[in-house]
Amino acid sequence: MAQRVAIVGTGQTDHRSHRPDVSQREMIHEAVLRALADCRLSIGEIDAIVIGNMDHFESINYVDTWSVEGSGGVMKPIMKVTTGGTTGTSVAVAAYYHVASGLFDKVLAIGWEKNSESDTTAAIITCSDPIWDRFSYSGAIPSLATEASAYMKQYGATQEDAARVAVRDRNNALNNPHAHLRRPITVADVMSSPMLAYPIKLLDVCPRTDGACAVVFAAANIARKMCPRPAWIKACSVRHTYTWFGDSTDYTSGLVSLKRAAQEAFQTAGIRNPAEELDVAELYLPYTYAGLKWIEDLGFCGPGEGARFVADGHTDMNGKIPVNPSGGVISTNCIGATALLRVAEAAIQIMGKGGKRQVPDVRQALATGFGGCFWSDVMILSAHRP
Amino acid sequence: MNTERDYSRLLTQTFDTPMPYEWSVGVHGSRFFREIKTHQRFIGIRCPECGKVYVPPRRVCGPCFREMRELVVLPNQGTIRAYSIVNYPFIDPDTGQQRPIPYTYGYIQIEGADNIFSHIIDETDVANIEVGMKVRAVFKAAADMRGHMSDIVHFEILENAS
Repeated sequence: MAQRVAIVGTGQTDHRSHRPDVSQREMIHEAVLRALADCRLSIGEIDAIVIGNMDHFESINYVDTWSVEGSGGVMKPIMKVTTGGTTGTSVAVAAYYHVASGLFDKVLAIGWEKNSESDTTAAIITCSDPIWDRFSYSGAIPSLATEASAYMKQYGATQEDAARVAVRDRNNALNNPHAHLRRPITVADVMSSPMLAYPIKLLDVCPRTDGACAVVFAAANIARKMCPRPAWIKACSVRHTYTWFGDSTDYTSGLVSLKRAAQEAFQTAGIRNPAEELDVAELYLPYTYAGLKWIEDLGFCGPGEGARFVADGHTDMNGKIPVNPSGGVISTNCIGATALLRVAEAAIQIMGKGGKRQVPDVRQALATGFGGCFWSDVMILSAHRP
Repeated sequence: MNTERDYSRLLTQTFDTPMPYEWSVGVHGSRFFREIKTHQRFIGIRCPECGKVYVPPRRVCGPCFREMRELVVLPNQGTIRAYSIVNYPFIDPDTGQQRPIPYTYGYIQIEGADNIFSHIIDETDVANIEVGMKVRAVFKAAADMRGHMSDIVHFEILENAS
């Protein structure tokens, strides 16, 4: 690799269900200004930009071109990257590649979404194959529900086990001033919320959010000038499976894309026991059952042990591996920004800028992205220059 | 900063014009629908490298990145691997209208196939459906078929799993 890379600044909007006060590009602008202020850079000092959101959600393509007044991309190298739910981690990975290549020193990654501007489920359905999958597909919730039903059958996990994940994330969100949903909930609240698609109830699943996130990636030799405690990229890994919905998950062996991406990233980072060696994890958990099953795929605990691991408090703020101090995706979901928020929040934890949501003395942090047909991205950040 | 209180002052504009598309089904996909219409049977396709059988048939095995040519006849039944009973309203981009709910989205492993086929199962009571149950395809009358996934009306449950 030509050069090492660190995250030196992050910015995000104050996320809401509906932002009729700003156009898309104006909302992007808010996040970019905050990221630049965080690392005391002017837009003129940014060498290149990578931006992404969900195709079809706002019915405007070519976000790279029309959003330049918001992104700051006028007369700069700028490109759009979009990969569905993983868009946010994809723009982060692409910005990392830009800087690591040695061709650029300061690169801005932007993810955003105005979910309020379309029927999110109808827009998501257009990501599926129009001939084979669209007929029966009904957006993200039921495909996740199929995974949950298979998992419950395999390991005997219950709806109450899953509800604890929502309770943890939603209560963590109380400490995050940017989070969208900031009201505490209980297991009883989750259990009594309306059934959307068995076994997923309203409070088991992420909201629809308007919001944007921006993250500045910088080269090793200049990172500390912009940030006293930069978040170094220690490893990153991308794994995409099928585009055929039925083929994308192996129900007997878990979320294969996350497992493979994590294995590769942990190996690069020299991590053998992730639950012990990572200090915090910002995981793209779009629904509660993922908080049981996917932590098994990440190796935080063994297969079928997710429910016990969560119930025992190991993922709480004072636990062995705190998960989602920000409140996670269940509290905030501006989809094209969602996975970038995981990277930003993991970087915030390394930088020590988490305020009330800060985990003490974070040296190593994990961020994940999830999307498409059960696709996964993994990024490991470190307080130490690799 | 906005608040939800400002709605009366802040305008939004609506776009609701249809935009038609025309999608190619391909050689194997077209054959799949023809077989359903003329013989009321499924066909799959086998990878020459890994031996996996896929239904519906397509040209390329993703993991092997190999072209497939060997079509195989499959029974019209399989096993529920996962399912979900959809119970919330949404716009169906196929029709522009709200899709009727509740309905059950099912991942079905057709006998003799290695992948999973997505379709609808005609049982919406969670007490009566389980992973592992056997199901069978119910077809439209051949005269009403139009080379579309809806030529298969749904899958019906044959028996209990355990």
